[in-house]
Amino acid sequence: MQRKIRVLIGKPGLDGHDRGAKTVASALRDFGMEVIYTGLHQTPEAIAEVAAQEDVDVVGLSILSGAHMALFPRVRAALEKRDMGHVLLTGGGIIPQDDMKALEDAGYTKLFGPGTRTEEIAQWITAQMELRWQKEGAAQ
Amino acid sequence: MSLDDPLHRVQVHDGEQLWRREFDAAKKRSAEFTTLSGAPLEPLYGPDAIADLDHERDLAYPGQFPYTRGVHPTMYRGRLWTMRQFAGFGSAKQTNERFKFLLAHGQTGLSTAFDFPTLMGYDSDHEHSIGEVGQVGVAISSLEDMETLMSGIPMGEVSTSMTINGPAPILLAFYIACGENQGVDPKLLRGTVQNDILKEFQAQHAWLVPPEPALRMITDVMGYCSERVPQWNTISISGYHIREAGSTAAQELAFTLANGMEYVKRGLAAGLDIDDFAPRLSFFFDSHLDFFEEIAKFRAARRIWARKMRDTFGAKDPRSWMVRFHTQTAGVSLTAQQPENNIVRVAFQALAAVLGGTQSLHTNSMDETLALPTEKAVKIALRTQQIIAEEIEVAHVADPLGGSYFVEALTNKLEAEAERYFAEIDRRGGVVPCIEAGYIQREIHRSAIAYQAAVERGSKKVVGVNCYTEDDKGPTIDILRIDASVEREQHERLAALRKRRDNARCKRELDAIRDACRSKDNLLERFVAAAHAYCTLGEIADVLRAEFGVYKEPKIL
Repeated sequence: MQRKIRVLIGKPGLDGHDRGAKTVASALRDFGMEVIYTGLHQTPEAIAEVAAQEDVDVVGLSILSGAHMALFPRVRAALEKRDMGHVLLTGGGIIPQDDMKALEDAGYTKLFGPGTRTEEIAQWITAQMELRWQKEGAAQ
Repeated sequence: MSLDDPLHRVQVHDGEQLWRREFDAAKKRSAEFTTLSGAPLEPLYGPDAIADLDHERDLAYPGQFPYTRGVHPTMYRGRLWTMRQFAGFGSAKQTNERFKFLLAHGQTGLSTAFDFPTLMGYDSDHEHSIGEVGQVGVAISSLEDMETLMSGIPMGEVSTSMTINGPAPILLAFYIACGENQGVDPKLLRGTVQNDILKEFQAQHAWLVPPEPALRMITDVMGYCSERVPQWNTISISGYHIREAGSTAAQELAFTLANGMEYVKRGLAAGLDIDDFAPRLSFFFDSHLDFFEEIAKFRAARRIWARKMRDTFGAKDPRSWMVRFHTQTAGVSLTAQQPENNIVRVAFQALAAVLGGTQSLHTNSMDETLALPTEKAVKIALRTQQIIAEEIEVAHVADPLGGSYFVEALTNKLEAEAERYFAEIDRRGGVVPCIEAGYIQREIHRSAIAYQAAVERGSKKVVGVNCYTEDDKGPTIDILRIDASVEREQHERLAALRKRRDNARCKRELDAIRDACRSKDNLLERFVAAAHAYCTLGEIADVLRAEFGVYKEPKIL
């Protein structure tokens, strides 16, 4: 049997809007994932540190502060510094379409905007993780 | 036939029975009809629904206790509500230009949005500020930035609202000092500082120090202003953020007023006279999508507060009994899908606020789920208010829905639900223990989850999101972008300021703040002196963080 997917939901930066982060965290838990929520106002370093300690598979960032173009790359770099570059990085918030595309194209992450069903997020994460685990299984 | 005629009573009775029979037999669109907050609704409200309503006791007249029907005898025949669009982005210079744009288009008051570093008490050049400077509001790190923000705006004439909480007393000090430098007596300054820290811990989450020292600073502001800045609203007790974080209408009402009562208790405990500070307390509510529930909420807020202030706290001045409030339409109801539809949502929400008797109003712009609003979107939002004021003839009669069986029953119900929450909060030891235990945060979270589940189930319909959807290629409207140069220039300005100012004087002022933290001296007085010395926001906040500690939120998830 496959193990549970471990997810860290993070709130980087000074943004205090946590309705989305907490809603998604609760929903992913209901979908059977193990979810850790960082709480508010975390630095990229602190998020990467928890991700490494908890050995998570997925990091989801919620950003409604407009600082996404600075924060996604910083979290990615902080994860890589801890040999956690393999983590599936995703997120959402108030992020203009062009920026979403730019971050996706640059390989940082896939992002989910307002109005997304939590089920869609859960299904995407599950599919991505299954794909990875299949690959790992085949390699072993 | 007279009303007392037995035949008349039989007919009325028959009418009701007949209606009920026909109603029960007919097919319905849905098994359940509820308010947006999920409370079940009757299909019809009649005299029975408000049998206990007493006109004198529960409604009275506009301008009379308990103010259910409004706080002014004339309501909008005397003066329309203040059209106050919340604005702020980028540098102080850019926001100053947006302020002048809004004033030129008929806006009647200013409302300032700050960026996250400012809201959290960090200078633009702090490490935590990277990428956030000027993004969601204007960056104000010192008196110098405030002077740029208010440049060319007569501070003795406009009223200015500042949405800031943790460092509110510091920003207010910048504003007072800026006015003094413009030659304006603080007694003439009019406006509001949000300064509502309790709801920050509950919902909005831009705090600076833990609850007790934060509350002490608030009573310092109330004490200072009642004497020296008497026209200033010292707190805007805000339900808006509680609602946006996911609460129901009843929770918004209950938690907001519970917070208000906590401030009153703190003011009294600090030795202030209730009628010296209570008239300067103002309120701020959300206007969400449920038209009638919102109108009932505004009416209930006025009635509950009047009763508490007069009967529980013993305030004598009628101005202490009144809920004067600002309203903002519900940001959370806007959709990124088919964003132009948001114009219509905002119009209905704005109408509910006006029918509910608001004193000032912000209408959201259609593009706010994507970014900060463009000038075009802001102008449509302002024009929406002007159409309500000038074209649709709703501003002529006070409390036009008063007496509606439905609206009165909803008003009563919301008051009763708020009372249940007040009792529960008391049982748990008061507002601050409820925050520290995460009780209020958990109640809000539970409602947010229930709402999301209803949308995903489809029992709550959202046009463009779970019905009438279109294949979205993404929004086609223009959006506002904050240039990266804002952050860089802010760094340069701060570096220059730190070089130019009298740094020995700054140190003396910061030391004086440290001493005041350890005594009972009024902190706002020290902040105004520090502002004049061009101490920065971050420098002052650092002293407070060092003296009072930093708040850690309780885990609720």
